[in-house]
Amino acid sequence: MLELSMHVLDALQNSVDAGATRIELRIEEDPVADRLTITVKDNGRGMAPELRARVLDPFVTTRRTRRVGLGLPLLAAAARQCEGDLTIESAPNRGTRLEAAFRASHIDRAPLGDMPATVLAILMAPRVVDVDYTHRIGEREYHFDSAEVRKELDGAPITDPSVMRWLNETLRDGEAELEGESEKGKPRT
Amino acid sequence: MANKIKSIEELRKLRDQLKQGTAVREATSTRIIVGMGTCGIAAGAREVMQAILKELADRRIAANVETTSCIGMCAQEPLVDIAQAGKGRVTYGNIKPDAVPRLIDEHLVKGHIVDEWVIARLLPEGIV
Repeated sequence: MLELSMHVLDALQNSVDAGATRIELRIEEDPVADRLTITVKDNGRGMAPELRARVLDPFVTTRRTRRVGLGLPLLAAAARQCEGDLTIESAPNRGTRLEAAFRASHIDRAPLGDMPATVLAILMAPRVVDVDYTHRIGEREYHFDSAEVRKELDGAPITDPSVMRWLNETLRDGEAELEGESEKGKPRT
Repeated sequence: MANKIKSIEELRKLRDQLKQGTAVREATSTRIIVGMGTCGIAAGAREVMQAILKELADRRIAANVETTSCIGMCAQEPLVDIAQAGKGRVTYGNIKPDAVPRLIDEHLVKGHIVDEWVIARLLPEGIV
C-alpha cells in the first residue's frame, strides 16, 4: 500500500464486514517519542480465538472467509518494518481492537496520506456505519464524528454527492488546520 | 471557529435542499458499486470513488454510490459496477480516476455501455 491511510481503510472495511455500526479511529503522532500509532476499535461481531490466531497468517486463508486475507498481514508487515507492531484484541460479540504502531521517522514508513478519503469511503458502505475519527499531532487534535453529521442531516442521505462534497471539504480543512498548527511547534521529521 | 459555524450552516442548507428535493434528487434506481477490498484499495479504488462522487456532484446526477468487498476478480481492480433497473448490471474493470468522467458520461448520461472496459454483464432478466 502506498499510504498508511489505505491500510487504515482496509482495516475499517474489516470492521464493516464484521457488522460494526460504529468504529473509533484514532491516529496519534507523537513527535517527542517519534511514534505514530493507529488504533481502530469497532463494535462488530469480533473473532473467536482460533480466527484471531490466524488473521495474521496469509497462507491459511480461505477466500470464503471474508475476515481474513492479505489485509492484516500487510499492515503487520508495514508496522514491523518500521520498528513497530500490530496488536489485535478481539472476542466474539465484544468487537475488535487493532493497534498498529510505527517509528514515525523510519525511512520505510509510508506517508499517512489521504485520511479524509479513507473516512469518506467507509461512509459509502451499503449500510449505516459511523466513524468517530480523531487525529492527534503532539498536543493538538482534530476530531470528526460522522454520527454528528448524520444527526444534523435529520434523515437526508449522508451519501448524497453534495453532502459528500461538503464532508470532503470539512475533513480537508480540519486536517490542513491540524497540520498547519503543528508545524508552528516542533518540526516533524 | 467562524469557519466551523459557516460550515455547519452550509450543511443545514444542503439538508434542506435534499429534503425539499430541489437539488434534482428524484428517486433513482441507479447504483454505482466500487470494490473496496484489500485488492481494490491497493489498486486505487478509493481515488476512483472520489472521482465518481466529484463527477456526480459536478453534473448533479442522481445515483447511489456504495462500496463492496472483494468479489474475486482482484487482477482487474479497480472494479466499478453500474446497476440500473431494467438495464441489468455491468462490471467495468481497471477503472482509473481519469476514466470516470467518460464512464459517467457514456453510461449514465448517454445510456450506452463502454464495451472496451466491460469485464462482466448481468442481463436484466438475471441471466449471467
